Formats: sequence, C-alpha cells, structure tokens
Amino acid sequence: MSEDNNAQAREPVTGMDAPIYLQYQFTAGRAPSRFLHALKQGRLTGQRCPGCSQVYIPPRGSCPACGIATDEEVTLSNKATVQSFTIVYIPIPGNPIKPPYIVANLVPDGANISFIHLLSDCVNEEVHIGQRVEAVWKPAQEWDYKMDNILYYRPLEEPDVPVELIGRLPVEGWEGQA
Amino acid sequence: MSAQREIAIVAFHQSPCQASAGAANEVELIMPELRAVFDQVGLANAQDVDFVCSGSCDYLQGAAFAFVAGVDALGAVPPIRESHVEMDAAWALYEAVLKIRMGHADSALIYGFAKSSPGELPIVLSQQLDPYYLAPLWVDTVSLAALQARLMLDAGLITEGDMAEVVKRSRRNAMTNPLAQLAGETSVADLLAKPHYLSPLRRHDCCPVSDGAAAMIIATVEQAKAWGMPYVRLSGIDHRIESHNLCLRDLTDSVSTRKAAAAAGMNAGAVDVAELYAPFSHQEIILSRALGLGEDTRVNPSGGVLAGNLMMASGLSRIGEVFQRIVAGEAGRGVAHATNGPCLQQNLVAVLEAA
Repeated sequence: MSEDNNAQAREPVTGMDAPIYLQYQFTAGRAPSRFLHALKQGRLTGQRCPGCSQVYIPPRGSCPACGIATDEEVTLSNKATVQSFTIVYIPIPGNPIKPPYIVANLVPDGANISFIHLLSDCVNEEVHIGQRVEAVWKPAQEWDYKMDNILYYRPLEEPDVPVELIGRLPVEGWEGQA
Repeated sequence: MSAQREIAIVAFHQSPCQASAGAANEVELIMPELRAVFDQVGLANAQDVDFVCSGSCDYLQGAAFAFVAGVDALGAVPPIRESHVEMDAAWALYEAVLKIRMGHADSALIYGFAKSSPGELPIVLSQQLDPYYLAPLWVDTVSLAALQARLMLDAGLITEGDMAEVVKRSRRNAMTNPLAQLAGETSVADLLAKPHYLSPLRRHDCCPVSDGAAAMIIATVEQAKAWGMPYVRLSGIDHRIESHNLCLRDLTDSVSTRKAAAAAGMNAGAVDVAELYAPFSHQEIILSRALGLGEDTRVNPSGGVLAGNLMMASGLSRIGEVFQRIVAGEAGRGVAHATNGPCLQQNLVAVLEAA
C-alpha cells in the first residue's frame, strides 16, 4: 500500500447515501375514516364512550381512558371554547401562515377534549382562555378529507366560559347559560 | 439463590389471520383481543394488571409511533406501567416474566399486533439488516431464506419433497384452525408441480402476509389461583441471538434455538406438542432438528405460521397455542418457539406445563 493510500484509509468516512423508499397503501383507521367523511361534508364529529360518556375529537376508535370502543357518532357544534393558546412570532419552515399568528387548543361544544387549530380575525393580544370562538369553513366546493376545511376559528360575541366548565358544554352551546 | 416466582399463563386470544384488515388502525386491531383476555379473567381493563408490555414494529404499516397510539386501547387513565419491544410480542412476554420474577409485578398483559398489508413486508424487513452493507442492497427476507434453503438442499440435509411435506401438513392441520388464512388438503406431488418463486422456494414454502393481533395475560401462580383461573405453568423461557452477519452463521442449523431450549429446560421432560415459528417450510425442519423433536411430539398442530403469519404477534401466538392445548387437556407439556430477524437470527423457546 502506498503512502497515499494509507493516508486515505485514515480519513474517516462521515457519510454515505443510502436512501430508503418504502411504499404503503395507508388507511386512516375505521373511526378516523368516519370522522374524515363527515368533515368532507362540512360536519365536525366526535365519538362518545359507552362507559364514561366522554366525547372525543378526533376519534380514534377507543376511549383512551376506559380502553373500550366508541361506536356512537356525535355531531359537534361549530362553536368552541379556547382552552389554551400561544402566539407564534417566528416563521415555521413550510408553514405559509405569516407570523404572528395564534395556535389554540379548542374544545367544540358537545366534546370533552380539545383539538388544535388556528385562531384569526382577532386582536392577538385580546385572546384569552375561556373565549368563545366559531369555525370559519372554506367554500363547500373546496371541502376534502382535511382539517383545513376549517380555515380558522374567529372570536364570537359571547360571555366567557369559566375554566371549570371548559370541555363540559353541551352541543347546544353556552349562550344563555352564562 | 432464592426460589423463583412461578409464572402462570391464564388467558390468551388471537384474531383471525387476514390478508388485509381493511381500514382498521392499531387500536381497532388490538382492542378486541384485549377485551377477549380481560373477559376471560374478569378484568375491566389494563388498570387491573400490574404491568403491560407490547411487541410491534411501526415500519410494517408505515405509521410512525403506531405503538404509542395503540396505548389508546388500554384504558391508561390514570397512568399505567407500560413497556414496548420493537420485536415479536414473545419478547414482550419475556420482559413481563422478568418483571414478575423480580417481584415488581404479580400480573401482566402482553399483546402484539401486525398490520403488514399496507407495505411490501419482505422489502420493509430488508431495512432491519445492517445499514452499511446489506440494507442498501435491499436484500429481502424471502431471498435470504431462499439462500438458506439452497444451502440445505445442496448439503443434502433436506429435499424439496421434505419442504413440500411440511407445507402439506401445515395446510391439513390448519383445516381445524378457524383463525388460519391458508388451509386445505393437498399432496406433495401437487405442491412440487407448482413453479418456483424465489428458487428453490415456491410460494407455498413462504408464510403469507397477515394482519391481526394477539393478547395474553400472565400472573404469579398465587394470583392465578386468586382469580380462580385454570392456568398453565410457564416453567422456562430463554432467548439467544446470532450474529447479524449472515455469512458468519451456519444457516443450516439453529444453534441459538438449541441453546435457548436447553436453558429453558426443555429436555427435563417429554414434549407432547411444539409450536414453532417457521416462516419458511425448510425452517421448520431446521427448528425441529435443533430442538431434537421426535415422533412423540405433535409439531404445529395449528398449522403454524405457514397458515398465517401475524408479524410481531406470531411468536406470542405460538405460546398461546400451546397454552390452549394444555388447558384443553390435549397435551401435558409443550414447547413454543418464536423468532425474529432474517434466517432465524434470534430465537426464543418457552416450556409450558400443565398445572
């Protein structure tokens, strides 16, 4: 082995290309499929646990608290309550939304757990926990099996929900119960 | 040394082996099996056992963290003690056995699930090979098994007729197994008339790709008695692994299986029944020989995994099959085997005895 080869052999190999391509016929799951079908028709749905009566969105097919199947479909309200939120000041790679914008935990009326969506058409500094909001849907012809059928949520002129009642409102909502 | 705590298997259930479970996600695959074993014992959910361990591989269905999502099937509120192995659930059972033997738990739930149909399983499994040499070559598991079968044929250790004989018996035995995917009466001549697939393997020499799940509950003997359950003693369990470098191994033998069987105490008594995880026909012959099974042992009365292979759950199911036959009084003592990795790289042997 020449002097050159020895020098080369001592060089660490710091990388190699080994691309991995795996093809899958992915399915969303039976319960998520029912949720996505309803979403395409402009409806938000949850599923109720036959044991503890909690309503879950998005449904995955079980009550994670009880470990039993949730077969009962529940249509939820377009109205929701802010459970928590953050104001995003930095651009997120790949995200077309210009900061600052608001990401919030929202509980739709009729459900018992929150999901995450955007809050807009609002004064960022005035957003607060317990605030009432409603879904702003895309035009119906653009609906697909996607959560962004709802563009964002915007504030409603309704009294705030006390923290202890967030996640406990009936599907009929809050107005008049304050 | 203090006396080891005796382990009792008290419940087992497996789903049918299906070519495709359709849209069902991991939670929807697991939940019915958990419900079945909970109902066998009279438990509400995973809150009623001390420890939970599962075996699965997210690469199979191409869903990142499916094993975490699967926890939604358990009833994990309030939080439970849970663990997972990226292996067949037989190794989840091994972890649970250690937990109980160490006195950290008196009971455990074990489950494994497989949704292999969304991907190309032999290709997916090529990515478990070493990342520098073999994985970039995309050598699939069937090709590796074919290399192994060729070695055996060439050395005169088996004939293609021997391989067909294994398949014929699997298909026939599977006729009495309602969970099997492939079953039926056939002949060695008919099988040998079929074309080669990856030579010397024919399609029937390879296990099918199946979707499904299996679950088991184990406990201390005291706990099993407290539950009032008929139980089977898990008198020994051991596992051994061989080099990931296939070229360093004698592929015509399974030294790891033989060592695991010796350590699990298999030779301390007669073996009435054996369920072997042999994904390819010639591997059943390797395993039977490594274990020294004779005429007195019924091998794979369920049809084995040639009749249906729940990747990551079939090993646990082999143990469950032996458990069920002992509980039914068909056998007094049996051995169950599980494997992981290419060409029987890693092997687990469990010995089960009537209480």
